[in-house]
Formats: sequence, C-alpha cells, structure tokens
Amino acid sequence: MTVAREELLIAAIADLIAAPHPHPVRHAAVGAASPIPAHAVMLARHRGHDVRLSLLQQRVGNPFTEGARELFDLAGQGRIDLFFLGGVQIDGQANINLIGTGTPAGSSARLPGNFGSAFMAFTVPRVILFREEHSPRVLVPTVDYVSAPGVSPPGVFRRGSPQALVTGRCVFTFDAARARFALASLHPGETRESVREATGFDYDEPDAVPETRGPSESDRAALAGPIRAALEDTYPQFCARVFGARAA
Amino acid sequence: MTVPLDSLDALAARVSDGAFVALPPDNSLCPVSLVRALIRRGVRDLHLLGVPISGFATDLLIGAGCVRSLTTSAVTLGEAGLAPRFTAAMKAGSLRLTDATCPAVHTALQAAEKGVPFMPLRGMIGTDLLPQRSDWKVIDNPFADAPDPIVLVPALVPDLALIHAAMADRHGNVWVGRRRELATIAHAARATLVTAERIVEGNLMEDERLAPGVISSLYVSAVAVAERGAWPLGLLDLYGADAAHIDAYAKAARTDEGFRAYLAAHVLAPMPKAAE
Repeated sequence: MTVAREELLIAAIADLIAAPHPHPVRHAAVGAASPIPAHAVMLARHRGHDVRLSLLQQRVGNPFTEGARELFDLAGQGRIDLFFLGGVQIDGQANINLIGTGTPAGSSARLPGNFGSAFMAFTVPRVILFREEHSPRVLVPTVDYVSAPGVSPPGVFRRGSPQALVTGRCVFTFDAARARFALASLHPGETRESVREATGFDYDEPDAVPETRGPSESDRAALAGPIRAALEDTYPQFCARVFGARAA
Repeated sequence: MTVPLDSLDALAARVSDGAFVALPPDNSLCPVSLVRALIRRGVRDLHLLGVPISGFATDLLIGAGCVRSLTTSAVTLGEAGLAPRFTAAMKAGSLRLTDATCPAVHTALQAAEKGVPFMPLRGMIGTDLLPQRSDWKVIDNPFADAPDPIVLVPALVPDLALIHAAMADRHGNVWVGRRRELATIAHAARATLVTAERIVEGNLMEDERLAPGVISSLYVSAVAVAERGAWPLGLLDLYGADAAHIDAYAKAARTDEGFRAYLAAHVLAPMPKAAE
C-alpha cells in the first residue's frame, strides 16, 4: 500500500520533534483541528521519545480541568515545550497571519482570528509551523498581518522561535538568528525547482537536500493501530479518511 | 436568596437588549437552547464576548441580527469550517469586531474576578493585534532589573454569563464538571444565567466529589431546564456534537436564504427534539 500524504507529514513532524534542540520536547500541546500534529506527537512517543501530549479538543478524558485557560497558564509558565501554528499566510521571517489578506487585513476574506497565537509564539520555546498548502499565495514575502512574529528584538520576552515549517511539498528549518528559512528536505515528487516556484519568499538552499524520510512499516502499523485507537474519538473524520473505515 | 427556576423563555427574557454577554466556546457547555430562545424573543444589539473563541451559537445570533459587536479571539465552526454568518457580516461591514487572543480574554476575566483593574500578560509585543487594541497598555515591568516590556489588559466585566450545565440543584448550584474555566466567567460577570440538562435533588455543594465542579448559587441569577440544551454541540461525556447537523448548517448558512430557512426550521419553529 502506498504511503498516504498525511502519513508522510506525520513522520516528518515526528522527526522534527525528536531532532536535537536546546529545548527538548517533554510536553506538547495540540490546539483546535490539528490531527496531523497530534498524530506526529503520538508517533514520536511510539518511537521511544518520552513526550506527553495534551489534546485541547479531547472530549472524554480531557487533560485539563480548567479548559483552554489552563493550557495558556501552563504555556505562560513554560510548562509546554512544543506547540503547532499555521496561517493563511506565512512569510520568510516566520511571521504568521491568521486574520486574512488584503488592506486592512481580512478585508478580502476574513478568517476566524488569532486564537492563542499572539501569546503561544512567545511563551512556548519550540513551535513547528505547519500548513499543507504550499503556494505563493500562502508562503509570501511579507504577511499582510502579524498574528505572531517569527522573531523579536532583544529585550522582548520570548522563550524560543519557530523550529521549522512543514508543508505539503517540503520541510524548511528556521534560523532565528538570521530570521531565515532553509530547505531541509523535499517530499517525494518535489524538486528544488518545484519548491522554489511554489514559494513566495526567499530561503537558503544547502548543497545537500535529501528526500523527506517517510514512515517506517513499524510507524505505519502504530499509526493504524494504537495511535488511531487513542486519537479516533478526537479526529474521527481524519482517521477514517487516512486509515480507512474501521472493521465492524 | 433563592434562585428561581424559570422556563427557558423566561430565562431568555432576563437578557436585555444591548447587554454585554459572555459565551463559552462550542466545546465547553455552550447554552445553544438559550441562544435559540433569545433569537425567538428577538433580542437586539448584544455585545458578545467569546471566551476565548466563538462558534456556532455566536454565528446563529449574528445571522439572526441580534449582535451589534463582538469581542473574540476567533470565530469558527471547527471541522465544519468557517462560520458563515460571521464571514458574511464581516464582508458586509455590519458587525463591529474587536480582535483578541485567547489568553487575553481569560486574563481580563481573571482580573474582573479578583476585582483588580488590570492584569499583565506575556506575548503580543510585535504583533499587529497590539496596536489595534488601544485599551491594552505596555509598561516596563517594575520588578525587573533590565528593561522588560509587558502588556496590561483591563478587567472585563460582562453584564451576563450564559452557561449550559450538566445539572443543577434546587438551590441554584450548577455542575460544570471539569470545565472549571466557566466558573471564572461566572465570577467575573455581574450575573449568570444557566440552563441545565436536569434538576437533581439535594445540594451539589454538600457532595464532596461533585463540589469541585460546581458553580455556587452565589453567582447564579436564574436556572432553566433545557434537555439536550447544548445540541447540536456536545456536552462533556453526556453526548457528542451532531457533526452532520453542523455541517449542514455550515453549507445552508452560506446564503441569506439558506440561513433564513435554517432559522425557520430549527430555531423559530417548535422543536420537539431539543424539548423546547
């Protein structure tokens, strides 16, 4: 059976979670409607990485007793190591826009809003940016509205910066000191040229750019088995789509 | 002081036109039956506060013309996608929106429950949200050795908090279980109106196992029974969201006509399914 695109993205994010980093991931939180990041944290755990996943949307057995407020209090204290953010626009400095495009922002099409991004980007030391659509309209030179900045000037409190940007075409890593992305791996079927053409911002391109490592057979068995069992109540539509209908 | 047990319509009548009303998000005991009753009563000019975000119930109120302004961190139907009446109102310019970010809403309510004028909150510096919010201030942390800018958000005191609880007793104590962030909304608001799935005998505050999930009658102005009162949203582990219904709403409400038809069928008409 061919590897689903979702499985590839899950494996790529799981690799980033386990990658060496000054802030090791012991506690990851996943907000609204993020099935791929949630599965990636569970996969990293399956591979032996000792990480706790707090799923904000979990209906039964929710990790919190004070709802989202507890999530933000935990983040404020530095008790959440990893969070995921996306955006209708993401630019080359890792700024994200969740409000919408146009002038004023949102005037062409208004999107839901900032959610907790304007806080989480500062208080959580490790952020992985994730957006499946990889096109010049999403990956822009400069966002029309900064919901959360990728970097901040010295003296402004923040615990870290985005670690990477994962899209449907590739993985970029982010160098906060230079506020610049570098192409880290290409998903199967993509080339340096196809990614360059689909990206509206400039980025570094090292000599060696490997293919994104997909899931192993053991990964796939875990995703379709115990990980699905753990996450199906939270993401029923996603699980049915990616892992197939459940046998009755 | 006794807390009256109202009919749903009598509870809705306690919400004045123009009130500043806090609503929980879709996944946390949102009182949708009460919202439908508010639409039937024709409430107008509400200023809604999404704690910290808004969803189905707010979209219904916006579409029905009940909302003048909205303070929230996002409006979304979750897996069903964008909130169609919010999107349409933004396009038409008919809704005054104040953007926030989730923890700022919680923090502003926590300031209110403590009775202090403001509280500090990390983050937000360098975003485009901060300059939009002339009511938020940046100060230099007076306790730090080095310069340390930090944002202050003023206390938010809603006129009313509206909550759907899993149960209530005849004293007006209401049980929200693990959703204890709802207590903060009740503590911060001037008054709290509660719908409950059912009335239980006895006193919830005297049950040591249930009391931690109780909002005390001290904060509750009135209660009404609304069986399946969160529908089509879910309620704790009692029932899940009706995803097919919310999907159908998301599609129908993309047009004015579709929304009107939805209102006629599910809000304005008597609805035995939700026991209204």
